[in-house]
Amino acid sequence: MDKVETLEEVSSALTGEKKKIVLKEHIVEIVSDAGEGAQKAGQAFGAISARSGNGIWTVEIIPAEIQPPPRSKAGGSGNRIRVGSFYVTNAGDEADLVVAFNEQALLGRFESDNLKPNAIILLENKWREHADPEIKKLYRDTMEELKNTKLRIYEVPMERECLKIVDNAQRGKNMWALGMLCSVYSRDMEAARNEIRLTFAKKGEKVIKPNIDLLEAGYDWAEKNLDFKFEIPSAGITKPQIVVNGNQAIALGVVASGMDVCAMYPITPATSASHFLSEIFENVGGVVHQAEDEIAAAAFAVGASYAGKCAVTITSGPGMSLKTEVLGLASMAEIPLVIVDVQRGGPSTGLPTKVEQGDLLMSVFHTHGDAPKIVMAPATIEDCFYAPITARKIAETFRMPVYVLSDANLATGQQPFTKPEFKEEWVAPPFDQSPVPKGKAPYDWDEETGLSKRIIPGQPNGMHTVTGLAHSNMSKVAYEPKTNQDGCDSRSKKLAAFQKTLQTPKVYGKESGDVLLVGWGSTKGVIEEAVDAANEKGYAVSSLHLKYLQPMASGIKEILQNYKKVITIEINYSDDRKYQIFDENNRRYANLAWLLRARYLIDVDNWSNVYGQPMKPHSILDMLNEHFAK
Amino acid sequence: MFGINQNCEIALPDTYYTLEDYQSNVPRWCPGCGDNSILTSVQRLCRDEQLPPEKTVFVSGIGCSSRFPHYMGTYGFHGLHGRALPIAQGVKIRRPDLDVFVNMGDGDCCSIGTAHWIHAVRYNMNLVALLHDNEIYGLTKMQVSPTSPQGLVTNTTPRGAFLKPIKPLSVTLGISNVSFVAQVAEWMPELMYDVLKMAYHHKGFSFVRVVQRCPHFTPHVFDNILSPDAALLLQHDDGLRSSDTMLKIYKSQEEHDPSNLNRARELAEREDCLPVGILYRNENVEVYDETRRRKRAVTHEMRKAALEKEFSKFLVEPVTGGNGHA
Repeated sequence: MDKVETLEEVSSALTGEKKKIVLKEHIVEIVSDAGEGAQKAGQAFGAISARSGNGIWTVEIIPAEIQPPPRSKAGGSGNRIRVGSFYVTNAGDEADLVVAFNEQALLGRFESDNLKPNAIILLENKWREHADPEIKKLYRDTMEELKNTKLRIYEVPMERECLKIVDNAQRGKNMWALGMLCSVYSRDMEAARNEIRLTFAKKGEKVIKPNIDLLEAGYDWAEKNLDFKFEIPSAGITKPQIVVNGNQAIALGVVASGMDVCAMYPITPATSASHFLSEIFENVGGVVHQAEDEIAAAAFAVGASYAGKCAVTITSGPGMSLKTEVLGLASMAEIPLVIVDVQRGGPSTGLPTKVEQGDLLMSVFHTHGDAPKIVMAPATIEDCFYAPITARKIAETFRMPVYVLSDANLATGQQPFTKPEFKEEWVAPPFDQSPVPKGKAPYDWDEETGLSKRIIPGQPNGMHTVTGLAHSNMSKVAYEPKTNQDGCDSRSKKLAAFQKTLQTPKVYGKESGDVLLVGWGSTKGVIEEAVDAANEKGYAVSSLHLKYLQPMASGIKEILQNYKKVITIEINYSDDRKYQIFDENNRRYANLAWLLRARYLIDVDNWSNVYGQPMKPHSILDMLNEHFAK
Repeated sequence: MFGINQNCEIALPDTYYTLEDYQSNVPRWCPGCGDNSILTSVQRLCRDEQLPPEKTVFVSGIGCSSRFPHYMGTYGFHGLHGRALPIAQGVKIRRPDLDVFVNMGDGDCCSIGTAHWIHAVRYNMNLVALLHDNEIYGLTKMQVSPTSPQGLVTNTTPRGAFLKPIKPLSVTLGISNVSFVAQVAEWMPELMYDVLKMAYHHKGFSFVRVVQRCPHFTPHVFDNILSPDAALLLQHDDGLRSSDTMLKIYKSQEEHDPSNLNRARELAEREDCLPVGILYRNENVEVYDETRRRKRAVTHEMRKAALEKEFSKFLVEPVTGGNGHA
């Protein structure tokens, strides 16, 4: 077996007779019109790869509409799977191999720079002889055009081959394509058959049988007709893994945290978390309340939290804007609450299905006046599972809203993680309903930490009225100037007390050097991969990833000072200095850069964009190349 | 002896709550404000029903009327303008054991919180909602309200309100799942008490509009209905039967079956008089908090089992030896 690692070498190795080429990693895409099953095939391929011990990261390719016009560039639907012989932490760079069910979906991916210039394309060729002359012409013209590119296109008679087995190739072509991929990547066919049995378990043998037949037909066709074959060795992952996306992980985490009231309003890309939660609650008991609007959802959750255990509300940026007043109330009245914000592109309606990390400053600062809250951001799919558990605990301990900032990347990304073992301590103990000593203050603020024990309805002698008005420790409306100052001091002390519990985050790479990249949220894997690549090139680059954004742990300033330059890497807006009008007097920074500059008085720079695309490791490397070339 | 059971015992409850138990801070409403009258009726109701103060919650929005919880000796939640209803719903879904009341002004209910009002009727949760309707924004100093009569001079409508007012009863009666609608005036304390009592015992969402004077800004807005002759007292065996005294004072009466939704809607539209009493009552409407109630407590074992079940759906156990062959 030849060991080939770069794509250039792959291309040259492909000439001549069929060899099995061993790869470190490959990025595979399957794209089709919506409803043709590319997503299912992609997910199955990801799962089969994970079973083979590979590291994987899969991302959905989603059109904005439910049923976009067929054969359109923007309507492509499918899956991107990065398969590696190592633990994969992000979606990676451009795709190496694409299975496309029509040439327009392929063009859509190609023109948006998602494919490597010399990617291998396995394209359905039924359009070449299509009855509709326009479609036929478009296909042939496109093929002519693509001849001028470096793409290595294989026209594959997918439908024709499928029709040998089933009457309707529309349903089943995806499994034929899966079989083809199994041949290309030397997958264990028994694992593939099992995956199909699992996928269609509910539908029974009548559906399983033809799908397995299609799978095998696809495999056989590829074995006979394709002149290449790859192998991606196992990453040595042996523990049982859970393969879910970030939203599913959040829903599972909510169940594991013991929170059993979730109030929400439908919003992309957050809603699928609530879908899944609704389903689980059917078994284990709990309420997903779809409220009449975002404000009501937050208020409903606050009401539930006030009367007992902490509740959760799940939303995205536009929902956060609406919930602002309720979150201010929760902070003011010291009611625990977990808010999950699956961020999407903004401002306004923005890019509903695309990724952005644009809600950080809003989360830290929104609401009028001073309303302390805690902001944390999961960096991986595994983090998405544990975040609600941690957030619930913090919210109840510190009587404060806790924001969990996920994003569209995590929401639809899949990365296996070790199967969690449920621990009873994840769930809050039952609320103490015993009588309160007479005259006990509902906000018995500790002088040092501002902490106080919550009194809830049902506790005799504890009767009081919580209020969003400035109030004393007895929850009496403030009519003296000092009362509001005292209340604000006490609530802020809680944030400081929480900050004292945070550990200094660890630097990835050397502890000093030329450049420190600072990130937060879903970009951890990408940034660290870029750091590895930069170090290989001889650059002295390290990275720091922050999971707690408000408050931040101690020791961060000292870390930042160890590097000549600090650059935040963020998927949000910042002024691009290529425009002359932006100068040091008006320049607007990326979210985290603002925070770091304000807190640490260090001249932190930023590198950010709002393309709505997952960040690619090599794009960070390109930026570093430019930096070190100066 | 003389027919008296010598073994008789009087079962006295351990605790007897008096009116004082339901009182808290001295109200800071203006002298003559209708809110005082509502407060007294509610405290009387709590006392007569012997509601444990620790098991009773008053949730309010923002405005003069929403100070209400501060003056009760129970638990209270003085929340956000317009958002009293969703907060109360959250409390109720979490704690079906609590009696939850909602106090809203006309700005709260009929303006900034209108969406919540509409949906609260539809959810039909076990709550008693009081609309303190003085037809003016008082706390913010006399701005026009959605219930202000057309032509009312206010600080934002110096030449008179432009629009016709919204009719809270008509709106409520127009929403599916409506289950209890009543109207009273704060100057009829006896009727208010009777109506509140029925509202409290109703299973579902009880919506009570209390017509309420603002002596400071709208002292004359109800002049045309202040006279006992202007009220139309609704009577029925399935609704309310008023005392003889009431029947003598309020001579204008109607036998109105509270299950008659169409007639209730007609009454709600009346502008020539103030229909007071129970307009609509239907106990057979599904109650959201009962529908959604968790059937049993979830133990750690159940939670673990449910998680394991979900995990098993997404479990990938790597095949040792890596890539195999067909």
